[in-house]
Amino acid sequence: MATEVLVPLAGSIWEILVEIGEEVEEDDELLVIEALKMENPVYAPCDGKVSEIRVKKGDVVEDDDVLMIIETT
Amino acid sequence: MVFFQNMGLLAVTPGMVFMWVIGLLLIYLAITRQYEPLLLLPIGFGIIITNLPLSYLMEPGEGLIWRFYHYGIEWEIIPPLIFLGLGALTDFGALLAQPRLIFLGAAAQVGVYVTFFIAYAMGFSLEEAATIGIIGGADGPTTIYLSAKLAPQLLGACAVAAYSYMALVPLIMPPIMKLLTTDAERKIRMKKGRKVTAREKLFFPIFAAMVIILLVPASAPLIAMFMMGNLFRESKVVERLNEVAQNSLMNMVTIFLGVSVGATMSADIFLRKEVIFIFFLGLFAFMISTASGILLAKFMNLFTSNKINPLVGAAGVSAVPMAARVVQKVGASADKKNYLLMFAMGPNIAGVIGTVIAAGIFISILK
Repeated sequence: MATEVLVPLAGSIWEILVEIGEEVEEDDELLVIEALKMENPVYAPCDGKVSEIRVKKGDVVEDDDVLMIIETT
Repeated sequence: MVFFQNMGLLAVTPGMVFMWVIGLLLIYLAITRQYEPLLLLPIGFGIIITNLPLSYLMEPGEGLIWRFYHYGIEWEIIPPLIFLGLGALTDFGALLAQPRLIFLGAAAQVGVYVTFFIAYAMGFSLEEAATIGIIGGADGPTTIYLSAKLAPQLLGACAVAAYSYMALVPLIMPPIMKLLTTDAERKIRMKKGRKVTAREKLFFPIFAAMVIILLVPASAPLIAMFMMGNLFRESKVVERLNEVAQNSLMNMVTIFLGVSVGATMSADIFLRKEVIFIFFLGLFAFMISTASGILLAKFMNLFTSNKINPLVGAAGVSAVPMAARVVQKVGASADKKNYLLMFAMGPNIAGVIGTVIAAGIFISILK
């Protein structure tokens, strides 16, 4: 089953901390969104494998955009 | 002989030396701790140079810094220009998405009024009490603006108090926030507001300027500039003006603001026991404002199923965006997946406007 990771707050992508194919556990940091000069980590909603990353560093993202997809087994 | 008589060295007083130390302390805090360096650095330097005897930098009619002060601050030019830049920097989206959070920005003015009455009861004049109370709004330019109009003799102390407490937001606010909320309340995740359209954001500054200035005309200089800056931003057709207002113009006037504010603090004006009271009362005002925002949020929660995280109420003090950042941090320490930052920006911006309105009310009553 695929789970979408959504943008929790609008900002720009500061850093992506995982790669496609990487196994992640719930609450691992996936990437960092910069908003108002503050770095906000985004955490994995579930265990699984990163199957798709839809943003790159520097992208401006809005609330509820899809950041990446995690494939749960 | 004449040269020696005109040398400043012989005219130095202990008070001046003490003020040098204060100036150096502000410069030190600005550099090593990064406490509001854009302001505390020129203020610190301004304090030192104004306390060098016989320099006449603040001599009315001839001194260089006096001219900056007179034409910039007494003529009420610099604070409104700062507000032009702040307007251009402000995104009202967070506020328009959840208009009910405006009340939290209004509640945070409680500290301003409580402190006003206490300062008056302590023997300060009405004008001075108003200027001290406004420190609770934690808004530098508004404090300077009001002080220049009502109590210029307190301007330096009040400005330094306001900027210091803005810099100390991350230290002063969290204990109050934790004391007044339960762990469960801090974990409340708020529902996202509706999407705000570009057209709403465009009309808001025009509409808000009209309504606020019609109600409180004395707030017009600050509100008019703030809303024009915001209109530059949201109109999307004057990117050059928008950019200049929020960057180069703001940086330029900040230089003259900082050094002039510092230069008002000569030893004979600053070293009085009232100044200690100003710092304490200002801190008290700021703490009450933080608390009243939180308490109103908890009160509003009694009547709504769409719960507000009460931490957001603390952002009603206008230190933008420091207060909102602190809310985010305290919220995330209770639940790391709770993102309160944007919710906190609503009351934060409402707080700026609330403080300006509070200042306007003082001016219209006391002037």
